[in-house]
Amino acid sequence: MELSEHLFRHEAGRMVATLTRIFGPHNLALAEDVVQDAFCRAFEVWKVRGVPDNPSAWLMATAKNRAIDALRRERTARTFEPELSRLIQSEWTLSPAVEELFAPKAIKNDVLRMMFSCCHPRLGEEAQIALVLNILCGFSSAEVAGAFVSTQTAIEKRISRAKKVLASSKKLFDVSVGEEFSSRLPAVQRALYLLFNEGYHGSSPQSAVRAELCCEAMRLTTVLLEHPLGATPATYALAALMNLHAARLPARTDASGKLSSLFDQDRSRWDSQLVTQGQRFLDLSATGREVTEYHVEAAIAWVHTTADSPEDTDWRQIVGLYDMLLKIRSSPVIALNRAIAIGQHEGAERGLEEILAIVDRERLARYPFYFAALGEFQFRSGQYDLARKQFRTALSLARNSMERTFLTGRIRSCERAALAGTSVTPSRGEAP
Amino acid sequence: MSEFVFLYRGGSRDGSPAEMQQVMQKWMNWLKELGEKGHVKDQGQPLERSGKLVKGRQKTVTDGPFAESKDIIGGYTLIEARDLDQAVELSKACPIFERDGAVEVRPVMKMNM
Repeated sequence: MELSEHLFRHEAGRMVATLTRIFGPHNLALAEDVVQDAFCRAFEVWKVRGVPDNPSAWLMATAKNRAIDALRRERTARTFEPELSRLIQSEWTLSPAVEELFAPKAIKNDVLRMMFSCCHPRLGEEAQIALVLNILCGFSSAEVAGAFVSTQTAIEKRISRAKKVLASSKKLFDVSVGEEFSSRLPAVQRALYLLFNEGYHGSSPQSAVRAELCCEAMRLTTVLLEHPLGATPATYALAALMNLHAARLPARTDASGKLSSLFDQDRSRWDSQLVTQGQRFLDLSATGREVTEYHVEAAIAWVHTTADSPEDTDWRQIVGLYDMLLKIRSSPVIALNRAIAIGQHEGAERGLEEILAIVDRERLARYPFYFAALGEFQFRSGQYDLARKQFRTALSLARNSMERTFLTGRIRSCERAALAGTSVTPSRGEAP
Repeated sequence: MSEFVFLYRGGSRDGSPAEMQQVMQKWMNWLKELGEKGHVKDQGQPLERSGKLVKGRQKTVTDGPFAESKDIIGGYTLIEARDLDQAVELSKACPIFERDGAVEVRPVMKMNM
């Protein structure tokens, strides 16, 4: 039997969450040891005897037995919550108590509870995401470092500091208390949004890693949607924007593996199933009074999916949506995207004007696509030398080889166009 | 055809879930391929790392592990091969080598020798 691709990673998250609920967050390390032990057993047995019919159930049952061993071994050395402490003192009650703690009904919300616990208000967003990836997605610190283009030492420090904060709480987050749930929900949505973005726009050179982060963000958003309190309009909007963006992932690189901008993408390669799913979520998000940034971003992504080509795109509507987005969250990157949309709609000169009018554009000084956008519009208005300079600056800031290849290509176009001295059919711009 | 036992010694058990799954998949593919070529007489069993050692006239019982962890036998497989050389060749594709482990290839004694 073939294993589903990420079985171990996903089961790791589920098992750590359940064991942490039982042992208490201060015993997180013990929970992780038990999970590692369960994997070792699976590894040893399955590799020789083959995969059992229900691998997830096998793993969870093994984790349960290892948990009983661990509790028996540690019952005097460690502290557990009072009720559990009492039950594990006697062999008569130890196993039945653990059985009950592993019952399907009991483990149902554990992943969600861990997700909320990881988004602790005392943790910064980067720490929250690293923790989610490490605990719930089963990424080692080296794998998290790979995804963030950071060093393993830096990520290890970040994760271990975050775990200390997590360990300071007495219990795993309680997802049945409406008030607490609703007040932490925005932080959870934000973390999932950033996780998705890291995969979609992120700086990691390996496209496989990036797509995996997107998948993880979508998987955890689904978990959030399955809880009645989690299925809010904002969460639906978040799911919509993830699906609509993810639909474009297959077309982001062309046949030769080169980065392909939204303007040049082969739109027939967009994943129509994800588009449909995204639209469904967008419909479901359209209730209530609140319009969140997720709603607006999903709407922008949706407008793009309704157009057969960049020329067919309703740019006026997109500009309007960016105006709305800027009101909710002011950011120079959003302003840059708005300027690009204006350039598409009203011409290259107007695009340039709008870019130069971005109030805090000095904050884009390290952002390659700021210079690429300037270069694109200068190229289109025939200023090839200026455009080439912009692309060169962008190239010096590029974060991975795919970006470098893309920008080198644009520099060549500038040189060719300058040589020809006449206007060449312009290749189109790049939305970051 | 002669019979041989592959004894799997040592081999790191650490790794992220993704790494472990990957290595496990390699093991399953390797054994499957051996089986399809008719070399697997019995796929064998994995062995617990714990146990007891009973020794000497006094039959003293001590706790395992009996060897350094890099030498502990983690499992075995009963293999059919033409001769020792072929059995050794077959063992070389075992994924255990990627994780600092070893395969001990031992001929099973024949009754009619």
